Amino acid sequence: MATVETRGVKKHYGAVVAVNGVDLLTRDGEFLVLLGPSGCGKTTLLRMIAGFETPTAGELLIGGERVNDLPPRARKIAMVFQSYALYPHMTVFKNIAFPLKAQRMDKASIPKKVEWAASLFGIGHLMERKPRELSGGERQRVALARALVREPAVFLLDEPLSNLDAQLRASARDELQQFQRRIGTTTIYVTHDQVEAMGLGDRIVVMQAGTVRQIGTPQEIYHEPADAFVARFVGSPPMNLLQHQNYILGFRPEHFLPRGTQNGKGKVSTFSFRVTRVEYLGADRLLYGLLNGAFADQKVIARLPSTVTVNIQPETNYDFTVEDKELKFFDASTELRISARPL
Amino acid sequence: MSFRAQTASTANNLTRPLNRRMSIVDSERWLGPFLIGPAILYIVLLIGIPFFMALYYSVSNTTTGGGTLGFVGLRNFSNIIDTPKFQTALKNTFIFALLSQAVILLLSNALALALQKDFRGKGLLRFLILLPWVAPISIGTIAWLWIFDSTYSVLNWTLRMLGLIQGQGFMWLGLPHLAMGSIIAVHVWRQLPLATVILLAGHSSIPKDIHDAAAVDGAGFWRHFFQVTLPLILPISLVALLFGLIFTFTDMVIIYNLTRGGPYDTTQVLASLAFYTGIAGGDLAEGAAIALFLFPLLLAVAYGFLRIAHRTEIT
Amino acid sequence: MINEQVKIWGGQAARWSILGGLTVFLAFPFFWMLITAFKRTGDLYDLKHNPFVFYEPPTLEHITRLFSETHYGEWLFNTAIVGVLVVLITLLLAVPAGYALARLTGGWGEKLGIGIFLTYLVPPTLLFIPLSRVIVNLHLDDSLWSLVLVYPSFTVPFSAWLMMGFFKAIPKDVEEAAMVDGYSRLGAFFRVVVPISLAGILTVAIFSFTLVMQEFVYAVTFISSVRNMTVGVGVPTFLVHGDVYFWGSLMAGCFIASVPVAVIYNFFVDRFIAGFTMGAIK
Repeated sequence: MATVETRGVKKHYGAVVAVNGVDLLTRDGEFLVLLGPSGCGKTTLLRMIAGFETPTAGELLIGGERVNDLPPRARKIAMVFQSYALYPHMTVFKNIAFPLKAQRMDKASIPKKVEWAASLFGIGHLMERKPRELSGGERQRVALARALVREPAVFLLDEPLSNLDAQLRASARDELQQFQRRIGTTTIYVTHDQVEAMGLGDRIVVMQAGTVRQIGTPQEIYHEPADAFVARFVGSPPMNLLQHQNYILGFRPEHFLPRGTQNGKGKVSTFSFRVTRVEYLGADRLLYGLLNGAFADQKVIARLPSTVTVNIQPETNYDFTVEDKELKFFDASTELRISARPL
Repeated sequence: MSFRAQTASTANNLTRPLNRRMSIVDSERWLGPFLIGPAILYIVLLIGIPFFMALYYSVSNTTTGGGTLGFVGLRNFSNIIDTPKFQTALKNTFIFALLSQAVILLLSNALALALQKDFRGKGLLRFLILLPWVAPISIGTIAWLWIFDSTYSVLNWTLRMLGLIQGQGFMWLGLPHLAMGSIIAVHVWRQLPLATVILLAGHSSIPKDIHDAAAVDGAGFWRHFFQVTLPLILPISLVALLFGLIFTFTDMVIIYNLTRGGPYDTTQVLASLAFYTGIAGGDLAEGAAIALFLFPLLLAVAYGFLRIAHRTEIT
Repeated sequence: MINEQVKIWGGQAARWSILGGLTVFLAFPFFWMLITAFKRTGDLYDLKHNPFVFYEPPTLEHITRLFSETHYGEWLFNTAIVGVLVVLITLLLAVPAGYALARLTGGWGEKLGIGIFLTYLVPPTLLFIPLSRVIVNLHLDDSLWSLVLVYPSFTVPFSAWLMMGFFKAIPKDVEEAAMVDGYSRLGAFFRVVVPISLAGILTVAIFSFTLVMQEFVYAVTFISSVRNMTVGVGVPTFLVHGDVYFWGSLMAGCFIASVPVAVIYNFFVDRFIAGFTMGAIK
């Protein structure tokens, strides 16, 4: 039962500012994702919470208690590293038992605890193996079991899925989320992959250049981005962003459809779209092209689901529409979200 | 009980309170000095202090008899600089070092290249190649003493058998130039293994792709070696060269055991002369002065190395 | 076509002759030690005999004389004792130092590493003069303890450098995992880092031992009585004393003092080079 809070946390390395003032408060038991491109400070922030880096300024609180001066072992956290960091010279059993030994648990109770953690992940049959004899997925489960066996107040995960191959990643993601739901421990998860973030997070913290751009649920981040960076970063293909004098107009590719094919009944705005390339992806079609008219020669992408069967040819102009409620406006200089204005 | 509640309660009963305060074993700032302190202290005591003692001795009149430690200025230095013995030793120090390193450079590259491919018995060959370096220096030198023996030299016998010489053969250690050559040969013999092994490591760190690319680009053997391989193993060869230079500049073991500096002091180097003067001769002050001439040499070598290392981005 | 073939064969011939020639150059003295050790004296010193052929059957007399009439056995023993003690001291000092250099230093670590490396610029052939006085003042002259005291001064810097290389090769997150799991950094060092780097530590131990065996300058300066000599000093100074060289026994002594250790060392050379280059090249 613990929340993690950061108040005004900063980290400088000489002249380089890695984290520039972050205020965060997790909710008890939530799965919070720190999302951002490399160099945005998310890993540095995680390492400060873990205790491997000391903040240059600001406070860190775990479970309401100030932990700035506590070493990692005293913070009641568990961490899963990108490489899993399994102890290569120990068997799986010893790996999982290690934290318990470190905490001076009496020898008799250790095997039971280890079995309990192992059974949660179905790795009971791997106890005598060494890490190098395990597959990627098995290693992740051992790392999780080792983290869990300490019954920490907070789980910290540093891009644990990035070393798995693509196929494995989806099922590992699924296992991870189910596991966290069952355990209910507050979890902070770092990733640069927005698909992972959207799939796993209860809330997402989008970071860039050491600052937090937005905190919100996946829905909020996706549909109501706080600035153009968030809008660009989340969603694939990225949101179309069009420059116009003193504002930036944004709309997502899946909302950019041929006239007459919109689902909703709301008001729409129309754009003249010259398609240059069509990508057939099976479930969707991606149309690349340029706009004519007020936003002339700016590149846009449209995503047509397979249910929209309109014939689209390259090098042809079409009238495409976007529902007005899906149009997002951003200030041209600050890139922050502003209210709607006429086109 | 729900899963969460269950785990929460056992969490509280489970562990004893951990030592929560940051102590020296946690502190990044203090643990480092704490761990490295003893080694540094040892080095300062056994290298630093004696070094300064040597500096002082060289400007004193101390002897092995003990007792006096009076300051005499640069008298020791001026005494020795003009002597032919010293000048020969200085000259020899350079000649031996530079010549042997040049030969080693050539041979170690050749040997490292020859060892690139795997073949049966390569392990055994590598063991044989390493022998000169693992054997104690004095032991290896004695073996060469026997090989160079004026009467029983197996080298002379072989040359006679091959018809290359008549009569008794060369006095390898008896004639000044032959003696110098013999010493250089033993230096090369001793250091070739290490230089080769280091180069081999350098070779193995070159990704195979680069060799493949050069082959596709049509590079012949020599171009491939000089323009592709050599630049890439340069950093590590410089390290090997540095160690080799330091060793040959400062070695007295080979000379002591092979020629005793003879014939008639023609093969003395600074290090051996310092030994004979200081320990055998008892004049510690003069011995220290002679030995100190080594230091600027080494400093120059190290400086040169660090400059090159900086440019080729080793450290 | 033929030109290519010739080139390839020429290359092969060059390769094998270099390999063969240099291997003979390097290994011959040991082979020669072996033959000399077993040849009867009459056979050995007869100038009309082919030195590579045994005209009389091989003999063990040189070896037995070596052990019974000289102090060779004691020299081996002395060397072993000094070696073991110095290795222990070296590990005690250099392993933590290497770890500190690999992990716990920031800016000053680089410079310190180079500084340690630079101590090799102050060679024994310079230090042995003042140290001889110090040893006398400490009443350690002619005692093996003088060697035990002084030898770490050249084994520790290089061993620390090697250990730094080995430790750098261990990923940091395994240590951090141990810290999260409940150990301090020092605890993580002992419980995780050291076990993982045992092979490296062993390599450093073997390497330091060979350095001890090699050492000549300090040994010949500090030790005067025959019984206290190490094998590297005893063989050249005592067995080559005077006008009569007992080459048979001498070569037997040389062989025993060099080849067995070389066999052991051979197993660790790869690791040694790995640690060496890790330190030298980032």
